[in-house]
Amino acid sequence: MMHEMIFAGFGGQGIMLMGQLLAQAGLEEGRHVSWIPSYGPEMRGGAANCSVVISDEVIGAPVVQKPQLALAMNLQSKERFEDMVAPGGRFIINGSLVPDPPRRSDIRNYVLPLSDLAVDELKSAKVLNMIALGAVFEATGAVSEESIHKAMDFMFGKKLARRPDLAALNRKAFQAGREALNKAARA
Amino acid sequence: MSDKVLLKGTEACAMGAILAGCRHYFGYPITPQTEIPEYFAKYMPEAGGVFLQAESEIAAISMVYGAAATGRRTMTSSSGPGLSLKQETISTLSAAELPCLIVNVARGGPGLGCIQGAQSDYFQSVKGGGHGDYRLLTLAPNSVQEMMDLSILGFELADKYRNPVLILSDGVIGQMMEPVGIPEAVTFFPEKPWAATGAKGRGKNLINSLYLDAARCEEHNRHLQAKFARIAESELRYEEFDTEDAELVLVAYGISSRIALSVKNRARAEGLKVGLLRPITLWPFPSEALRKLADRVKGLLVVEQSAGQMVEDVRLAVCGRAPVAFHGRPGGVMIQMDDVQAKVRELLAGEA
Repeated sequence: MMHEMIFAGFGGQGIMLMGQLLAQAGLEEGRHVSWIPSYGPEMRGGAANCSVVISDEVIGAPVVQKPQLALAMNLQSKERFEDMVAPGGRFIINGSLVPDPPRRSDIRNYVLPLSDLAVDELKSAKVLNMIALGAVFEATGAVSEESIHKAMDFMFGKKLARRPDLAALNRKAFQAGREALNKAARA
Repeated sequence: MSDKVLLKGTEACAMGAILAGCRHYFGYPITPQTEIPEYFAKYMPEAGGVFLQAESEIAAISMVYGAAATGRRTMTSSSGPGLSLKQETISTLSAAELPCLIVNVARGGPGLGCIQGAQSDYFQSVKGGGHGDYRLLTLAPNSVQEMMDLSILGFELADKYRNPVLILSDGVIGQMMEPVGIPEAVTFFPEKPWAATGAKGRGKNLINSLYLDAARCEEHNRHLQAKFARIAESELRYEEFDTEDAELVLVAYGISSRIALSVKNRARAEGLKVGLLRPITLWPFPSEALRKLADRVKGLLVVEQSAGQMVEDVRLAVCGRAPVAFHGRPGGVMIQMDDVQAKVRELLAGEA
């Protein structure tokens, strides 16, 4: 089984870190993983995306060309990656920032109010990527929930130990993303 | 918890150098290799070594010359345009028989090109980017693990042969993260009785590349060529995948070899007899292995992130024994697997 994913949005939305977290979760399971950023003259507010592969086999090209799952956190990302999603794949769109409806009917589209959830419900724009991670997790099942928590511990354990409030907020955000995806899937 | 850690290719390369005992890094920033100096800036002081951001690429490679002359393990890194600047001193390092590691995290060229990964520095790497009859042992990693392992091996081979070793990587391998198993630090370092360490109590050691007497220059050249012949004989590295019964063999190195491996796997799943030969050393080059394959396959397909450079060496090696096709993409845009796959189908259909 090979999960090929692309996460895209504005620089500063935490997309790169979210991709690394998912790759780390795959590593926790002893799977083959790769993460590669789009790197250009990037800056906060510019476009950013990363490809993540989690696989039971050796990974060939790390730059994903036909993702089974893509996440578009802004309109620019939707326009760029919508056509790339493999037929039958999943496309998560941040409906808070993307006014345009999904165009393709041969993939499963999930329009989720990710930014609104962060700002209005969780009162923190910073947890946007954790909400998105929850949605991606729910949509792919690429790794177990336990591995996600292990990866969070590995990457932010020291910081979160000093800030239990942030650890709780991250967990809440992750769950909010899962619920949003499920709600959209039922609709 | 896995015993591996997620690292970027550039970080793995720098970490490998410290594990290999490199304590003298001189460099100048350029994308997509800047995490190498960044890593050394952070960790070299902890390791008790020297990190120095030079005033230019030329200064950095000249500092490497100085550190290597004292017998220390030393390196520099850059990307295409920076490597071009370093060429005069690389030739001089080889002529003066100074060991060091040089890393090129290649980007799209020519000129300043773009900052995305490419493989268009092959000619510069293996055909002598500098002047004179010299060779660089050239290693081409295709994973983050190999960025670390070949960095360590590079120092060992450089010392063994007293010649610079080049790692020809690219922006994709340099920027991607993969799990890496971290080996033990190197503890054996060869003696360097030739080094300029102070001549008290012994005769002087002269590190030099100038022979004004042509006959002595020729003699030195013969000495160097004998050494290059030993390297060619002993240090060739390559891998073959599914070549035993292959009708078409893909030939690719570095990032392209990963794309080629995926294409080969897809083709096998379709029942097509496709194999892959992946050079790990670009010099020495696996000419003999290619020649043998050419005698029994219907054709070869070279895949490169360039307009076609290694393909010339493949054609030289094969020498007309089998047709050699090419699929490449210059300028830093990734080769699409679908395109290579289509080419594979087309070639096999045409020759069946």
